[in-house]
Amino acid sequence: MKKSKPRYRAGSIADGQKFMAIPLLLWSIMFILLPLAVVLYNAFLDPSGGFSLDAFRKVFSSDGIYLHLLLSSLWLAVESTLICLLLGYPLAYILSRHASASVMILVFILPMWMNFLLRTYSWLAILGKNGILNSLFSLIGLPGINILNTRPAVVLGMIYNFLPFMVLPIYNSLNKIDPSLIEASGDLGASEGKTFLKVVLPLSIPGVYSGISMVFLPAVTTFVIPSLLGGGKVDMIGNIIESQFLKTNNWAFGSALSLILMVLIFAFMKATSKYNTEENERGGLI
Amino acid sequence: MSQDNQDNLLIQLQDVCKIFEEEDGTQNQVLSHIQLDVRKNTFVTLLGPSGCGKTTMLRIIGGFETPTSGKVLFEGNDLAGTPPYKRPLNTVFQRYALFPHLNVAENIAFGLKIRKLPKAEIQEKVKRALHLVNMDGYDRRRISQLSGGQQQRVAIARAIVNEPKLLLLDEPLGALDLKLRQEMQLELKRMQKRLGITFIYVTHDQEEALTMSDMIVVMNDGVIQQIGTPEDIYNEPVNAFVADFIGESNIINTAVMNRDKLVTFLGRTWECADVGFGENAPVDVIIRPEDVILDQPREDKLCGEVTAIIFKGVHYEMQVSAGGFNWLVHSTSMWEPGTPVSLDVIPFNIQVMAKSPYSDLQFRRREEDEYEEV
Ligand SMILES: Nc1ncnc2c1ncn2[C@@H]1O[C@H](COP(=O)(O)OP(=O)(O)OP(=O)(O)O)[C@@H](O)[C@H]1O
Ligand SMILES: [Mg+2]
Repeated sequence: MKKSKPRYRAGSIADGQKFMAIPLLLWSIMFILLPLAVVLYNAFLDPSGGFSLDAFRKVFSSDGIYLHLLLSSLWLAVESTLICLLLGYPLAYILSRHASASVMILVFILPMWMNFLLRTYSWLAILGKNGILNSLFSLIGLPGINILNTRPAVVLGMIYNFLPFMVLPIYNSLNKIDPSLIEASGDLGASEGKTFLKVVLPLSIPGVYSGISMVFLPAVTTFVIPSLLGGGKVDMIGNIIESQFLKTNNWAFGSALSLILMVLIFAFMKATSKYNTEENERGGLI
Repeated sequence: MSQDNQDNLLIQLQDVCKIFEEEDGTQNQVLSHIQLDVRKNTFVTLLGPSGCGKTTMLRIIGGFETPTSGKVLFEGNDLAGTPPYKRPLNTVFQRYALFPHLNVAENIAFGLKIRKLPKAEIQEKVKRALHLVNMDGYDRRRISQLSGGQQQRVAIARAIVNEPKLLLLDEPLGALDLKLRQEMQLELKRMQKRLGITFIYVTHDQEEALTMSDMIVVMNDGVIQQIGTPEDIYNEPVNAFVADFIGESNIINTAVMNRDKLVTFLGRTWECADVGFGENAPVDVIIRPEDVILDQPREDKLCGEVTAIIFKGVHYEMQVSAGGFNWLVHSTSMWEPGTPVSLDVIPFNIQVMAKSPYSDLQFRRREEDEYEEV
């Protein structure tokens, strides 16, 4: 939808605004455009310093290993995001219906104050062969399980780390719904179920979208979770990119992969923001 | 009450009380022993100052609030435990409560869609409802793009389009300008008559109440003061609160009823039409400003002096000091300030009321007003 921009008369206000925008401009250059330019530059560089498309060629050939990895990473992220949504929405809904929710919210936010690595490491202690989970299982006479270094462990790690990012925006948008709208819906004959479908759900969609992007983006790019909980057996595209820079020292290839990932993410953002823009005044985390 | 009468009743409130528990533990009694019978096809207005419990009463009828004690009956059936969505009524909320994710037409169609009416019928009804509230062509507008008055009219349309047996309207015209307001008053009244819907209409505008209602319920502090037709309420207020709240009045709180049809106030004995107050009983007397007859000073009449005059269009509003009382007088003839005059009132226009906690309400307020002027 087109939004009409406020028009200013030539003169003081417009000029003032121009100056106000300078810090933002500098910030954008420093933290967005510059790194992007470096990645772009590196992606088209051959070892001798000339221009080359080799890095991209490698992504698309190599028996499709990298494309496959890219897709499977996307899929893993989609899966984690969906599970987060399925768990997070009801959770947010329950929280929003309790007046004393602030305490529970704190329970959610508390782990987020802890270091991300530390949090993920703790799962090693829980899921390990002689970890807390298996000790508990043996206590009640169940056979031990060994999911560490498997795909489910990675998904679990993602859900654990990213669930709050799903719950909070949804909780926020549910909380912002004027209770009188729910009364009005009941007044017009809608049962609680219908009220949820016709009023609550549509009004919480902005929160759902921002939750999805806040979980999907870190999920698709993460390399810490798969390398810790996947033990090198469940590689995601993030791990490959990381090793290009830190181990194999092939910056061109790493940059090319990053760029392709970025394009995919951009496409994803575009797709969700299409629904998001119209109501974005009412959603969002902050 | 006879069976015949019972069948005519749509909704009854029986000894309804509502107490809100404040956060500090104090109890706030918002409604006290409300007793109200509403007949079918009537236009009932709840009238009272802000905070007197009008909205709370509607919310109890609508099912959004449960009474602390007492019953609400709909066509004789107790509504306790019936959730709002099962109650055969619709509400125009004081703060509109329009759905921001739906456009105007979708808002109005909400209740019809829930009832799964055919699409063509819904469209037709929505169109008519929009026309009714003077908003043709606004169907695709988003709610956020409407003015306050337009939102209010959409709220009316959204409720009325369902043609419920009972419509609750909480100050539905509060945001409209005078002209549109008067138009909508007529329109709503016409709707109510044509569709045979019972209206319970909340307002604190006494003029609106007088012109629209079949029955007025005057409330104050959660207590019903008087129930009656507009004529009853205006001509025969039961106490000083009602008299003071409805229209302008002179309330004399130092009167004594000598015997039937004879009352003494401001040092004179007046003939009146009221009976049944006993002998030498303290009472309140109310005289409407348009019922005071001014004339040249005469020995056998109450005499005084005009102190102020304002031109009000149709009439002059004058203040006359006489018998130690500051009279408010409406007259089509003009009396200059400073002119000595006599005052008279025909017996029929002297309304005698029993003493109430509100007896010196107007007296106190006038004192305050004078204090402010000084
Ligand atoms: N949910 C609530 N909790 C506590 N007190 C309440 C609640 N709702 C209303 N009240 C109190 O009840 C009293 C009556 O409120 P109500 O909304 O019924 O007034 P009203 O007659 O509709 O006033 P107005 O004309 O200003 O709309 C007020 O003193 C208000 O503060
Ligand atoms: Mg109110």
